[in-house]
Amino acid sequence: MAGVIAARRRRQRVFRWTVLVVLGIFFLLPLAAMLEFSTRNSETWPLLVNWPKLSDTYPDLAEGIVSSLEQAALTAVLMLVLLVPTAIWVRLRLPRLRRLVEFLCLLPLTIPAIVLVVGLAPVYAWVTYFLGGSSLTLVFAYTILVLPYAYRAIDAGLSAIDVKTLAEAARSLGAGWTTVIVRVVLPNIRSAVLSAAFLTVALVLGEFTIASLLNRTNLQVSIELLGKSSATMSVAVSLAALLLAFVLLMLLSLAGGSKKESK
Amino acid sequence: MASQAVAAPRRRPRGTALLGTVPFFAYVTIFLIIPTLVVVIGAFAGDDGGVSLANVRALTNDYILDAFGRSIVLSAVSALIGAIGGALLAYALVTAGGTIRRIVTSAAGVLAQFGGVTLAFAFLATIGLSGFVTVWLKDHLSLDIYSGGVWLFELPGLILVYTYFQIPLMLIVFLPALDGIRPQWREACENLGATTWQYWTRVAGPLLAPAFLGSTLLLFANAFSAYATAAALVSQGSPIIPLQIRGALTSEVVLGQQNLGKAMALGMVIVVAVVMGLYSLLERRTAKWLG
Amino acid sequence: MTGVAVHLEGLRRTFGSVHALDNLDLEIAAGELIALLGPSGCGKTTALRVLAGLEDADGGRVLVGGKDVTALPANRRDMGMVFQAYSLFPHLTAAENVEFGLKLRGRRRVPGRAAEMLELVGLSSHGGRYPHQMSGGQQQRVALARALAIEPAVLLLDEPLSALDAKVRVQLREEIKRIQTEVGTTTLFVTHDQEEALAVADRVGVMRAGRLEQLDTPAEVYQRPVSAFVADFVGLSNRLPGTVTGPVISVLGTELPLVTPGADGAATALVRPEAVDVTPAPDGAGRVLTSSFLGPTSRVIVTVGETLVVAQVASSQLPALTPGTAVTVNFHPVPVALDL
Repeated sequence: MAGVIAARRRRQRVFRWTVLVVLGIFFLLPLAAMLEFSTRNSETWPLLVNWPKLSDTYPDLAEGIVSSLEQAALTAVLMLVLLVPTAIWVRLRLPRLRRLVEFLCLLPLTIPAIVLVVGLAPVYAWVTYFLGGSSLTLVFAYTILVLPYAYRAIDAGLSAIDVKTLAEAARSLGAGWTTVIVRVVLPNIRSAVLSAAFLTVALVLGEFTIASLLNRTNLQVSIELLGKSSATMSVAVSLAALLLAFVLLMLLSLAGGSKKESK
Repeated sequence: MASQAVAAPRRRPRGTALLGTVPFFAYVTIFLIIPTLVVVIGAFAGDDGGVSLANVRALTNDYILDAFGRSIVLSAVSALIGAIGGALLAYALVTAGGTIRRIVTSAAGVLAQFGGVTLAFAFLATIGLSGFVTVWLKDHLSLDIYSGGVWLFELPGLILVYTYFQIPLMLIVFLPALDGIRPQWREACENLGATTWQYWTRVAGPLLAPAFLGSTLLLFANAFSAYATAAALVSQGSPIIPLQIRGALTSEVVLGQQNLGKAMALGMVIVVAVVMGLYSLLERRTAKWLG
Repeated sequence: MTGVAVHLEGLRRTFGSVHALDNLDLEIAAGELIALLGPSGCGKTTALRVLAGLEDADGGRVLVGGKDVTALPANRRDMGMVFQAYSLFPHLTAAENVEFGLKLRGRRRVPGRAAEMLELVGLSSHGGRYPHQMSGGQQQRVALARALAIEPAVLLLDEPLSALDAKVRVQLREEIKRIQTEVGTTTLFVTHDQEEALAVADRVGVMRAGRLEQLDTPAEVYQRPVSAFVADFVGLSNRLPGTVTGPVISVLGTELPLVTPGADGAATALVRPEAVDVTPAPDGAGRVLTSSFLGPTSRVIVTVGETLVVAQVASSQLPALTPGTAVTVNFHPVPVALDL
């Protein structure tokens, strides 16, 4: 048999593996190098997992880690409180405002973080005046930063269900608007809310620009600082942070992937 | 959608419903609209608070123009390399099975967000002066990759490092377009007598061109906006615009140029906005063909 | 233009453990339209794709006009194909789509030929439209024009109507029949819709598990199915218990001729609803169970003892056949198949 089609499949397979191997090396090499680099000093990793000793040896790093975790959690909460009710409400009651809300939410995509910092500086002068200079105040800026990603996730979740009909059904059964949002719509977009929260956490853990230029601290700022004194440790922390982000976003995309497949 | 919205019955006056959106709009006004206005207005404000074109005029200073030029070169080259690499990867995955595809796209989702300090340190550990690859090449092949100067902290180095997040981003934005190419088109082509070359030049090529171009523009905007990676990698000098803005924000204000940073920021926004506008135009074309 | 004969010889193709094609033999005469009919997974589409060169066969030969084309790639086989849907190139207008194959061949007078083809499918005024500006039915017409424009040796239709609404489907299948007769291209039409197959084909091939179960004219396939599978797949049948004696089977007291003789003894006959007459009679053995109005004809279900019989009757009869009415059941003396 001729196998014209089989021959093409073979060619595609060769092409596929060539591309995957070449790019695989390019993408894995830096990770391998980080591992190699961070194990040049055998004390680095044991120290990294020993929290009391770590915070003793590198207090700035410990502060950065704690700040980032707090910022991530608070940003996720603030984002959800601000965005979810608004997105649902606009869909239900003010469909004409949807385009405006979408525009505002996606606007940060066209405003680079470095530009946002320039404009935020005077605003943060007021924030510092009222709330002090704590690193937690970064949460306000971060909520804006994650808006496009969070909005898209939540909007996709709302598009997948018929919010209007659900709300009408609930209201015909005597539910008030609060009940509609909290007990009817929200449970149906749980996975969208979850992915918005995941994305927020991942983005906040990787943020450097705003924290650094507003003179506040977080994980990335402290890693950068650490790089100037202890290269090995800073690479080890980088790798650990990267792996954490990997796990977080992998979970997110695998959850999303399995959902798509079951459809 | 729109007509439905108009026909929707309103049980209560609109004003009451609007109240529900007040927190959102108030927040966005304070932390997004006002900062944007600060940049736009500040760019046209003199040090005395009056209207002035001095800052915008100062953008034509050689060192700022050079920085803009380098930013554009960096963004364009890394976008092009990323686009080609990402498109090849996307095509390889389209012909592959589900498992490989899922693993690679998930990894790309992570790597596309992988910028900033950690990425800079990853490359320092790889091809920094005492990096893994640098040392290995020197020891085993007596090859010094920096014999012509340390290029990692300059434009070539930035391009290489940026490629690391550009290729995964391309994969994510280009894959849906490739998925939109229906197998029937290739088969119809073959039935009508086309060779593989003719299929690519007359059908797949023209169909994918807007998506490819649009994705490349998105990559351009992505690189153009990036700050953290370059900031962590380049500590001396400010070769690109985001680093110039850092300089304007952190260093002592040069007399008469208090608002220069805002003018540069405005310049960045304009470049990004134009690029993103073109991107959404091309995106619409793609949606029509491959949606 | 006259068509060429096509011969599929002992085609074999397996996907894993599934035999998509199991030594399939099929001869299509020059200019003939054969419809391959069968449930999904019976191998009909695989047969068409192997003929087109879009799929390799594990064994067997494909002959077109006496020439062995088994080893030829699809782009050198000279076949026009219409797909289920969405096969038009979205970046080209209807006219450009039709011209596509002509340009590849470097034909002269390309726009003229394209206009002719669009006229043939009744879309002369739509040449400048893009696929997304046309309805599904119009798109399939353009696809047909594109396939025919290159004057292919063989026309392949892969469920071309299955994505369309019922009304357009009927309209377009009549048109396909008209155009095919007019152009005279040898045609293979794959479908899972029995009505469609019976309406357009010169001969219908009913496929099952990679083989041809029956290949015959539409009337023969419908009236004299060779097996229970064919009888079942092509139209609705009653399964009625009876007793075979020689060339006849006795069903509820009526002797019916057999399509193919079976062993004497108890058997199940397959009887079409339209071959059953139901007449009200006070002393009849049957009782009407339900009756449903379906338009010009109606369906009545009658119990005769333990047996359920479905009958198709003229709707004018319906008022006399209310549930509970006593009726007699008679069968038309047409040959029936046995359920084996």
